[in-house]
Amino acid sequence: MDSTLEKKPQVTRRQFASCAAAAAAGFVLTACGPRRLHEVPTDRLKLALAAMEREYRAKFGKAVHVADTPAIPGVLFAYALDISRCVGCRRCVHACVDENNQSRDPEVQWIRVLQMEKEKGVDFGHANPYYEPATVPEDGHFYVPVACQQCRNPPCTKVCPTGATWTEKDGIVVIDYDWCIGCRCCMAACPYGARHFNWGEPTIPSGVLNTETHYLGNRPRPKGVVEKCTWCIQRTRNGRYPACVEVCPVGARKFGNLLDPDSEIRYIIEHKRVMVLKEELNTVPKFFYFYAT
Amino acid sequence: MSTLWRFSRFVSGSIQIVRRGEPLYWGWICVLLALIVSGAMAYTNQLHRGLIVTSMRDQVSWGFYIGNFTFLVGVAAAAVVLVIPAYVYHWKPIREVAIFGELLAVSAILMCLLFVMADIGRPDRFWHLMPPLGYLNFPRSILAWDMIVLNLYFAVNFVVVTHILYRAFWKRAYSKRLVVPLVLLSIPMAIGIHTVTAFLYNGLSARPYWNSSILAPQFLASAFCAGPAILLFALQLLRKFTHFEIQDEALHKIAELMAYAMFLNLFLHGAEAFKEYYSATEHLLYTQYWFQGLDGHRTLVPFAWSAVTLNIVAFSLFITPATRRNWVTLNIGCLATYAGCYIEKGMGLIIPGLTPDTLGEIYEYAPSFNELRVAAGIFAIGFLVFTLMLKVAVPILLSEFTVDSAPDGEPSRARVPQTAAVH
Repeated sequence: MDSTLEKKPQVTRRQFASCAAAAAAGFVLTACGPRRLHEVPTDRLKLALAAMEREYRAKFGKAVHVADTPAIPGVLFAYALDISRCVGCRRCVHACVDENNQSRDPEVQWIRVLQMEKEKGVDFGHANPYYEPATVPEDGHFYVPVACQQCRNPPCTKVCPTGATWTEKDGIVVIDYDWCIGCRCCMAACPYGARHFNWGEPTIPSGVLNTETHYLGNRPRPKGVVEKCTWCIQRTRNGRYPACVEVCPVGARKFGNLLDPDSEIRYIIEHKRVMVLKEELNTVPKFFYFYAT
Repeated sequence: MSTLWRFSRFVSGSIQIVRRGEPLYWGWICVLLALIVSGAMAYTNQLHRGLIVTSMRDQVSWGFYIGNFTFLVGVAAAAVVLVIPAYVYHWKPIREVAIFGELLAVSAILMCLLFVMADIGRPDRFWHLMPPLGYLNFPRSILAWDMIVLNLYFAVNFVVVTHILYRAFWKRAYSKRLVVPLVLLSIPMAIGIHTVTAFLYNGLSARPYWNSSILAPQFLASAFCAGPAILLFALQLLRKFTHFEIQDEALHKIAELMAYAMFLNLFLHGAEAFKEYYSATEHLLYTQYWFQGLDGHRTLVPFAWSAVTLNIVAFSLFITPATRRNWVTLNIGCLATYAGCYIEKGMGLIIPGLTPDTLGEIYEYAPSFNELRVAAGIFAIGFLVFTLMLKVAVPILLSEFTVDSAPDGEPSRARVPQTAAVH
């Protein structure tokens, strides 16, 4: 008993060593340990991207480029869709699947085209996403394609418990597929059905894989995480149009920089009758619908 | 060091109690273990193939798992119904049963956490929620709040129960300085866990069925029906199979409290139904889907009306003094309450909230067989833990099993049992 009392105030070499080791391990884990991809230092991000490229090469048997192109300063993207022109052909849906490496089985589609009755107007309660006539458009109907509305006040990023989804500086709402835990709170929170979950292992035939990818966009996703439209971040940050804008046969889709006063998107907002979906929810979308004719 | 030794004696003593039992006890344990094995196999299949083995899809992205989670948070919260009068008002008859409420809370929270784990797509990334390694989106994300309060509530109840039993095992009175503040803390926390869970749905403007300020009070009301219903069963069984004395008065008092809770529950549901049907906005769709079906999609309609009927039956039985004192009608009332609240809080909350989906599509959800097996396995784990804890708690609280009857540990200190000397 006496001996233990004497020893008590001293720190033994072993105690000191184990405390120091624990502190070092803690420091290493917090400094170099796993982190959300958008907050790791650039050199570590490069290593992570190289690891992704190796993984995809092994999986698909061909070289895949994973870019980390940052947002262009002075750019805030916006989108506009002319409801009076859209014919409901769904070419945008499939161009999007091809461009963004969505799973072919089970099928994931980021764009959903709703057929609506002209008598009822924009009414989700009577919309039909499964229309299958031989030719479109059908009499008495019009079409409203819906994908991520890239809200300025996004309900989805707010609810994410791990902060795995956020708004980039150019206004694109993105997901870190390596950090998402698949709780699907964001899917419950999204008023536009824009978020999609990989319920099964996503499969993309190697032959149709788009090898030009972005780490926050169209790189192949694992099972059990959420994905969504990123306005083709891998294209638009390099000055190209999103795939859906390019493919639209009637030119109903417009895309551009909201901060550029001479852009087409600004012209549309200033000169046409523009609306947003579910305005009453105060999500403030950067995706506008308009009637040009 | 001696505290550690004492605690290990307590643990080994508890293991001894658990290992002894009649055939009925072992039969029950075997049934639970079988369900757990089946659940584990189903869960392995889910891990391997993904959540595609459930019936959930993008349109209905939460289902049976999250419904059960919500219901069980309520069961855990309901422990306060018993704790408040027991500790605050020193009301004798309920005081002896309050500890069972806490045991129930511990098992219920355990099941809640397991249901969340079963529901998430990447359980291997669970640590992403845990700082400093992970990142918790606090205070913005309500799920982050929920994880914090559920784990704290679990810890508080676990510590109180373990402390009381540990002290009783060593034939000492529990420490009031530790127990009283923790119990007082657990009362607002119980209300807190259920309120936060309600806010998880309540805060989503995309889902009008949930986006109603009546949701949190309604959650509490139905929780204070269902939690005690389970406990009334457990207490009657305890009385039958052990020497534990629980006065009739205590059970009847719980039944009376349940009647008031059920009235409040029915009233709040009525208020919500009135608002929806009378104003008849486009938000009526979800309530219509639940009570009437939409465009021929009527899967949930029988469930909706059985929940209403069961709740009304339970209310009538508990509000009438004669029927809540009659054991047959009391138990029918408990069963009706449990079933009614389970339907209304599980499927009745989650599914109509998501159907039709935000773009108007109706996907009729019904849990897959794999989902049912996983859920049954989780319930079996909860019941197993509850059974084992009761098995330990009852003899210790009755002073039938103390350190004297658990010869174990260091030979020099252990007493030689009398019976061993006789043989």
